[in-house]
Amino acid sequence: MNIAAEPFDEMRDPAGAVRPAYADYSKWYDEQDRDWLRRKDREAEGVFRRTGITFNVYGEDAAEERLIPFDMVPRIVSAPEWRRLTRGIEQRVRALNAFIHDLYHRQEIIRAGRVPERLLRDNDAWLPDMVGFTPPGGVYTHIVGIDLVRTGPDDFFVLEDNARTPSGVSYMLENRETMMAMFPELFTRVGIETVSDYPRKLARSLAACAPPKTRGKPTVAVLTPGIYNSAYYEHAFLADQMGAELVEGADLRVIDGRVAMRTTGGYEPIDVLYRRVDDNYLDPLSFQPDSMLGVPGLMDVYRSGGITIANAPGTGIADDKAIYSFMPEIVEFYTGEKPLLPNVETFRCADADSLKYVLDNLGELVVKEVHGSGGYGMLVGPTSTKREIAEFRRKLIARPENYIAQPTLALSTCPVFTRKGFAPRHVDLRPFVLVSPNGVEITPGGLTRVALKKGSLVVNSSQGGGTKDTWVLKD
Amino acid sequence: MLGRTANHLFWMFRYLERAENTARLLDAGLRMALTRDIITAEEEWRSVIQASGQAAAYRAKHGTFTGIQVWNHILRDRDNQGSVLAMMRNVRTNARLVRNAISGELWSVVNESWMQIDEALSRPVGQGAVGGVIGMVRRTGTLAHGAMVNSMLRDAGYNFANAGTFVERADNTARILDMKYYLLLPSLSYVGSSLDSGQWDQVLRSVSGDRAYRWLNAGQADPRGIVEFLVLDERFPRSLAFSHSLLRANLKSLARIHKTRGESIELIEASSSKLADLTIENVFDRGLHEFLTDFMRANAQIARAIADDYRFLR
Repeated sequence: MNIAAEPFDEMRDPAGAVRPAYADYSKWYDEQDRDWLRRKDREAEGVFRRTGITFNVYGEDAAEERLIPFDMVPRIVSAPEWRRLTRGIEQRVRALNAFIHDLYHRQEIIRAGRVPERLLRDNDAWLPDMVGFTPPGGVYTHIVGIDLVRTGPDDFFVLEDNARTPSGVSYMLENRETMMAMFPELFTRVGIETVSDYPRKLARSLAACAPPKTRGKPTVAVLTPGIYNSAYYEHAFLADQMGAELVEGADLRVIDGRVAMRTTGGYEPIDVLYRRVDDNYLDPLSFQPDSMLGVPGLMDVYRSGGITIANAPGTGIADDKAIYSFMPEIVEFYTGEKPLLPNVETFRCADADSLKYVLDNLGELVVKEVHGSGGYGMLVGPTSTKREIAEFRRKLIARPENYIAQPTLALSTCPVFTRKGFAPRHVDLRPFVLVSPNGVEITPGGLTRVALKKGSLVVNSSQGGGTKDTWVLKD
Repeated sequence: MLGRTANHLFWMFRYLERAENTARLLDAGLRMALTRDIITAEEEWRSVIQASGQAAAYRAKHGTFTGIQVWNHILRDRDNQGSVLAMMRNVRTNARLVRNAISGELWSVVNESWMQIDEALSRPVGQGAVGGVIGMVRRTGTLAHGAMVNSMLRDAGYNFANAGTFVERADNTARILDMKYYLLLPSLSYVGSSLDSGQWDQVLRSVSGDRAYRWLNAGQADPRGIVEFLVLDERFPRSLAFSHSLLRANLKSLARIHKTRGESIELIEASSSKLADLTIENVFDRGLHEFLTDFMRANAQIARAIADDYRFLR
């Protein structure tokens, strides 16, 4: 089924001419021998396997470690495009932090009637433990991944704000390493902004948020749920690249008001914990009592200034899909400016009028669970069967407040390399943003996810998505 | 360094050493069996299973000792927790767990070797392939140690990795010697005459010591000399004396880094001074089997003390 008018092609204009950002790449590509490129394409998978860049899949017997498919055609962003995006992202991230701070303090935005109070009530992401507490440096979202989609030359939209523990940054870095190893001459012919100093910036940014009780140089540690977590590779990778310890809950305990890790020489305090464990599992005394992944007493230490937790517990309240629909108001409320990056139009099914519209137009809409993630539990109307739509309609009527709906966007396409040459596939883009008291830093690049199946709009790796290297061109 | 990290490093290198030594043992058995008649060959495979410490598990599944059954059991049997495949998986899992404490070179060696070995052992290993698989496993050990020496930071992690290697190596060499100790029982006066020199050749091959021994002894194979070589000769990298000398050096370095003097250092000092005073006559007076049993027990005690001293688990 035709989803919309012809989607925006990142590489070529409607007349078939190569866009300026792709000019150098395209010239290089045309000079290459096709058989050689096909060989390189096969090589790439071997590079990832040998490096061990894998993610773990649950519920499968055998191969528990899988590769995310890598496509060797880069997604290229011009310098002016990138400047525009970064201004919009920075504005949005500042608003997110101000919003979270407000929610856990005076709740001005609710008093002003711009966001309904009911969004906090019955919301699992809302943490009463955080009320009245300000994290060290006033930073809630130290690391943010903003998911962007594009529908036209100047039309970028924010699809999602990942403000809890955004993942994928290791792919941004490893995809670049792989490209440089496979096609070194490309990097001498095209001026590309570097991404490789992200781990150093991350370490610096985290250290800048050290808590009051820090003595000397801050000790940073990455908290992982362990080797069976789907993103374990990334946790180990980031710890390695930052020169930080990679800790698990069982390595930690609270001693003298500090969170300390068991080293071979005894317990040593941690100043900043970059946790890749969900809020609910952080502290069995405050949250899930049976969790083995966290540290009993962590929240007490946190509240008394003994440790910085990044991202702060309770930030999930800001990247809830129900909150998402209020982001334009939120940005305006805290920055006093119009949002530079628009939201995708969103219907809150909790509103009776919206629900009626959504039910009448299910075949054209994308419907998402408010608390869902990873592309699960969603309906893409135009590509679903009548039966799937009917089934979803029942779920929607039963619990309308559990869903939002958006028009099906014609996501832009970028070519992928196939045996027959280029083929257009839909892409999105997740730039990574670091926030510290010293400011907001956005690494020029990001994770481009690509739906490898022809016509598919779902880019999630759990559902057949792949990744690409993302180039931001130098001026 | 985290206690848990030290634990994983220690075991990563123990498993690596054990896998490599098991491969060596198989290699020697293979050669022995090819040069013997069928009945003696079966005896050989029985002793290989015994030395690998997998006799009970093997007997639960098989009634006879044929080469192809033995090497498939040792290399890849699904029910065998101590198979080479399982050990290599443990090596790689431990390496993944300490990815930020080992060099990229070392990780690549381990990960790439694992991919090859996993592939090679995904189906039964026939006579034509067994030599190749054994070679892969042995090469992994060589490459990993090379990568480690060339690229790893000389901090506590390096010492924990080495401690794992030498604890395991001391145990393995003692175990292989113990497998053949009975050959010396009939009467020491017959040494060198009635004994099957092939048996001792196999012991030497199991620790890759045949060439070194021949070099040092101008081709004279004398069981007593071989035992002395494998127990006391500090020049030979798989002897008990060498293993404990390096274990001691690494434990001393750890004690210096941690500014402590734990039980492990006391135990290794005791073991080292005992070995230093020992002559081969003492060993035989005591009884080789008794000596080896004591040694393996002391060695295991040192391993436990290292884990306690450096908070591997709590």
